[in-house]
Amino acid sequence: MSEGAVALTLEPEGVSLGRADDQSLRRRWAASPSALIGLILVLLVFVTALISLVWTPYPPLAVDPAHNLSGMSSSHLLGTDQYGRDVLSRVMSSAQITVYAGALAVFIAALIGIPAGLYAAWRGGAPGEAVLRLADLIYAFPALLAAITLSAAIGASTTTAMIAIGIAYTPVFIRVTRSNALLVLSSEYILAARSYGRRPLAIMRRHVLPNISATIIIQMTLLFSLAILAEAALDYLGLGTNPPTASWGNMLQDSQNYLNKDVMLSVWPGVAIFLTVLGSNLLGDGLGDVFDPRRKR
Amino acid sequence: MPVLSVRDLSVRAGDLPLVHGVSFDLSAGERVGLIGESGSGKSLTALAVMGLLGKGLTAQGQVLFEGQDLMSTTEKRRCQLRGNGLSMVFQEPMTALNPTMRVGRQIGEVLRVHRNLGKRAAREQARGLMERVDIPDPVHYERHYPHQLSGGQRQRIMLAMATACEPSVILADEPTTALDVTVQSRMLELMRKLVAEQNSALLLITHDLAVVSEMSDRILTMYGGHIVESGSTKSLLDHPRHPYTSALVATSNAVTVDSKAPAGALPMIEGSVPATGQFPTGCPFRDRCPRADEKCAVMPPLEPLGDQVVACWHPVPENAGDPASRVGA
Repeated sequence: MSEGAVALTLEPEGVSLGRADDQSLRRRWAASPSALIGLILVLLVFVTALISLVWTPYPPLAVDPAHNLSGMSSSHLLGTDQYGRDVLSRVMSSAQITVYAGALAVFIAALIGIPAGLYAAWRGGAPGEAVLRLADLIYAFPALLAAITLSAAIGASTTTAMIAIGIAYTPVFIRVTRSNALLVLSSEYILAARSYGRRPLAIMRRHVLPNISATIIIQMTLLFSLAILAEAALDYLGLGTNPPTASWGNMLQDSQNYLNKDVMLSVWPGVAIFLTVLGSNLLGDGLGDVFDPRRKR
Repeated sequence: MPVLSVRDLSVRAGDLPLVHGVSFDLSAGERVGLIGESGSGKSLTALAVMGLLGKGLTAQGQVLFEGQDLMSTTEKRRCQLRGNGLSMVFQEPMTALNPTMRVGRQIGEVLRVHRNLGKRAAREQARGLMERVDIPDPVHYERHYPHQLSGGQRQRIMLAMATACEPSVILADEPTTALDVTVQSRMLELMRKLVAEQNSALLLITHDLAVVSEMSDRILTMYGGHIVESGSTKSLLDHPRHPYTSALVATSNAVTVDSKAPAGALPMIEGSVPATGQFPTGCPFRDRCPRADEKCAVMPPLEPLGDQVVACWHPVPENAGDPASRVGA
């Protein structure tokens, strides 16, 4: 039975679109090359991280002084570093640190920021204002400085650094959530939900969150790239992931002493950071087009 | 005993009064029309009854639902009654349905709130409700999002939600205004059927006199936040006594009695509804009323007059003839 026939017999005034909705979403993905390229790059990082958990060409920490700084060869595709560790294996396993760091920072920022933003939107008045001013206060404090301070205070580690970065970016989520939730809260379907007896918490979860999820997901992708950059910077400064664990920031730091021996040692982690951040940014920008058919074209 | 009894209900925005001491009763199975132009306080009255006034608006008075005063009860109790004891149908079914929730689940929501049903049971019952509002093949349509349905289908979904828990009182705020005329009459018929089946009281808010004349047993006329006239549908539409009701009836009749009116001279009410807070003191209609004089600077009380109850110092005589001829008199 075709969709059109059903609509005609049941409800002459009705036009049933059937599953056209899902199809048009797929078409919008295809029509947004930046989203697609971004998605591929981000997936590449995630897949690499997963693969490196079970397989890398060499163990990333295996030292081989006899073959240090070997340069690119068939046995070491991207060469070896000053201790003879395989660069390809280290670039691959660094993806784990990157994914972990990005996800942790986004998780913390979202975990605090989204409920706080919803609360500010629902409550309004002085308590809502207080949340916003607190957000301003946090935002005024530079994220990297916060991470450096925290690392100095309780010791450097990826987790410490990302907790600091996550908290530092909480205000972004508070503001994005609040402003979008305000818009949704003023709509009639919220009034309708109240008119059949839904309580505030359920309204937030079932009616507000699904309607602001697109903007929040975009924000998450953008913060993911910011967090990765911050993590690489902290590792480079020696305030994040501790050696010998491989991370792109650590590898950059190590390689700068051997630039005259093998310049490619600094290029590989740099390219990895570049592609990850680029992908995540492209995805965030492109998702805006995918979620909102009115934008662009 | 009336199922809903509103006593001296007022709504204000800060110091600005918007609804002035409105009182009315609804009995089980009764259909009452609330008419008036936009800005006369009809929707505010309904929202105040539901306890859903926006921020900055306050209500005073009594709203007795089955004898219990909703104005002095807890928010928790009110939430239990909303959708269960009293429910509301909104004007714009496009904006009153959550765009990200499939309609089947949306109907189920009401049941899950009040009937404590699980997901599966709610879905089952929602299908039955969809059939009751004449949406056949619910298994197919429950998976649609609101934007995939027509205006008429969406309003049926709204109606299914409003009647899901068989509430004793249904407040319908311009339920057919956003619909095609051809769809309108079928919606009204369906509403009448559901209300009769559940023996609910219906308060039908509209500015369309054709709709109230078809749907309601009684009519309340509101203007400037006051109820200015009430009476049975027949007597009020045949012999409106308040000049405002009379003018409304005249403008509405003009389309059907156009042979009597000179070409190009559709009757209309002089002036327009003032902005909020700009109504004159005393009778709110006196600056547009052809019968007004100094006495109207004091608000007249609602008093029985013939078959109706009217708030006017100079009511229209009962046998004033064709209402259309009185306009602009």
